Amino acid sequence: MAEYMMLDGNAAAVQGMAMSRVKVVAAYPITPQSSIAERLSDLVASGELQATYMRVESEHSALSATLGAQLAGVRAGTATSSVGLALMHEICNAASGMRVPIVMPVVNRALASPWSLWCDHQDSMAERDSGWLQLYCQNVQEIYDLTLMAYRLAEHERVLLPAMVCFDGFFLSHSMQKVAVPAQAEVDSFVGPYTPKNVWLDPTDPVFINDLITMEEFTEMKYQMKEGFASAADVFNEVSAEFAERFGRRYCAAEGYMTEDAEAVIVSLGSMSGTVRHVVREMRSRGEKVGALKVTCFRPFPQKEVARLLAGVGRVAVFDRSAGLGAAGGPLFLEVKDALDGKAFVKNYIGGLGGRDVGASTVERVFADLRAAREEDDRAPVWCDVKEHPMQIRQVLRFV
Amino acid sequence: MYNEKTLAKGLVSHGVNTCAGCGLEIVFRNVLAVLGEDTVVVAPPGCVALFSGLDDVTNMKIAGYQCNLENTAASAAGIRAGLDALGNTHTTVLAFAGDGATVDIGIQSLSGMIERGDRVLYVCYDNEAYMNTGIQGSSSTPQGASTTTTPAGKSTARKDLIQIAIAHGIPYAASASVAYLPDLQKKVKKASRVQGPSLIHVHTPCPTGWLFPPAKSIELCRNAVLTAAWVLYEWENEKIAINYTPERLLPLEDYLLAQGRFKGLTQEEIAEMQQMIVGKYRRLLAAAEM
Ligand SMILES: Cc1ncc(C[n+]2csc(CCOP(=O)(O)OP(=O)(O)O)c2C)c(N)n1
Ligand code: SF4
Ligand SMILES: [Mg+2]
Repeated sequence: MAEYMMLDGNAAAVQGMAMSRVKVVAAYPITPQSSIAERLSDLVASGELQATYMRVESEHSALSATLGAQLAGVRAGTATSSVGLALMHEICNAASGMRVPIVMPVVNRALASPWSLWCDHQDSMAERDSGWLQLYCQNVQEIYDLTLMAYRLAEHERVLLPAMVCFDGFFLSHSMQKVAVPAQAEVDSFVGPYTPKNVWLDPTDPVFINDLITMEEFTEMKYQMKEGFASAADVFNEVSAEFAERFGRRYCAAEGYMTEDAEAVIVSLGSMSGTVRHVVREMRSRGEKVGALKVTCFRPFPQKEVARLLAGVGRVAVFDRSAGLGAAGGPLFLEVKDALDGKAFVKNYIGGLGGRDVGASTVERVFADLRAAREEDDRAPVWCDVKEHPMQIRQVLRFV
Repeated sequence: MYNEKTLAKGLVSHGVNTCAGCGLEIVFRNVLAVLGEDTVVVAPPGCVALFSGLDDVTNMKIAGYQCNLENTAASAAGIRAGLDALGNTHTTVLAFAGDGATVDIGIQSLSGMIERGDRVLYVCYDNEAYMNTGIQGSSSTPQGASTTTTPAGKSTARKDLIQIAIAHGIPYAASASVAYLPDLQKKVKKASRVQGPSLIHVHTPCPTGWLFPPAKSIELCRNAVLTAAWVLYEWENEKIAINYTPERLLPLEDYLLAQGRFKGLTQEEIAEMQQMIVGKYRRLLAAAEM
């Protein structure tokens, strides 16, 4: 039987990790992740969580120690944000390449510079090619649920890839919401005990892991990872079906909302997806045929589902919460555009950077702009809610 | 899980492709000979990676992995925590890293490991430069030594790893040398029993980087000890003990001028270095008396 708890996003992530019985935790504080580290150390100190808490001196060491512990054969955990994730970058690739299925909450926060404490997706987007599964949460319940699901997905023998459970800093990490939390026994039977697979450190059956690989085999080892991602798409659906059966909530890698007869749809990630749905409801009540599409699983990207859900939709706005500097658009846009393969008019909107709120009025303006856009117009991404004279803000260039 | 292609006497296969006269090979074989197969090793890139092997061939018979250059200590600490969580407190966790991976890029991780008191045996084989990438200077390169990034000789003194560890309150730390293997073996044994972090800093000759004939490795390192360029000592029970005190120190140039990397030093510079080295040696002797 589930009970209801009032949890903020960070507490929900901790609840998910603790109920999945992580045995070693190594974490380093960073806003807005800090309360995850604090809460886990509290649970360990009080004995509620039977685990070792390692007070490491950096995020680089946090992920390194987590990787070492999990290679020794136990479920281990860490969590981070922003520059902390950037500092982990090297070890993110080590963990995925060694096929160690670590599950890590990533509390999305902008990457410096300039410094910002607030939400955007630049941190996790910068890791999108690091060989990790990436799930994005819309609300606090999803943080808890997707954390449990992430263990099943990552640890599945056909997948064996680490997973980031990404959620918006402050908007979710510090937002108190009512969360259905199943009994420990139910979680135990869903997540199961950790069984190391592939290679791990067993002194009685030794193997040396991660040596130098020549051009003879490197490509094939990457190919195996690619296959892991391909399997992850199916395994996500299997795990999600089982989760729905047990707990009554169903998750899709990509989830449409009133997309069936929609003429215009906004595609988004994370907490703003709730706002988009709200606006869609309002606009529908005025008779406007709009819809929303939320991408929960960004890696592997659910290309087929996105194409299916958007089939017949004439106009698609893709909202990226990271700047996609120097590219034709933000990372979500590039994926969606490719999935649609010319079958719709797709436009990219960049916004919600460094904590700027993406409220209902922003979403309405995106729908309005999308409707007004003409085929022959410039296809460059539209930057939303940019102030007047952006080039004059804090301009410090001299002699230009 | 291993398919043994060639039988080796110890835990390390013969025919490892280190250079002729490589001190690292001697250190690695001896450390593993003492620790035995109930050991998990973690080693970063550097010449020690030659023991990791290539493709599906490895050169050792124990469990381990190649970590990254700066996280040997954190990786080892994580392994320890993982094994402990499984109830395995008997397996030794060995972190085995070069000087660059230890005193430069990995010093933060090592500092954290010692401060937290993680039960890891950390061996730093010190060949006094980044050898695997082509003999670039590290912060353990001695003053005056020429490397590919200190072509005119390094102008600053080296870091003092053992003193750094002592300043952290490490329970056990020791220096050692390939020229004194029984001493090294004894220290490894001791360190493996410490209920906390332990560190062994081994002077490790590298003919390729130091520019001397491979047959002279042991003799050269013995001269390092006999000139006090390398002092064999231990930090245990909050005390320093000198393990070997030459009756009379040899002139430093006996050690330095046997190596190409010091060829550019003038007599005055050698005299200055000798003074520094002897001064440091005396301070250690004094500390040991306390
Ligand atoms: C982050 C990072 N930077 C640089 C390197 C390149 N690199 C590989 S081995 C090495 C030298 C290591 O020196 P040391 O630890 O003294 O070992 P040695 O090669 O002397 O045995 C360097 C710089 C790396 N592997 N990782
Ligand atoms: S370069 Fe030096 S340390 Fe490396 S294998 Fe050769 S002799 Fe040994
Ligand atoms: Mg070196």
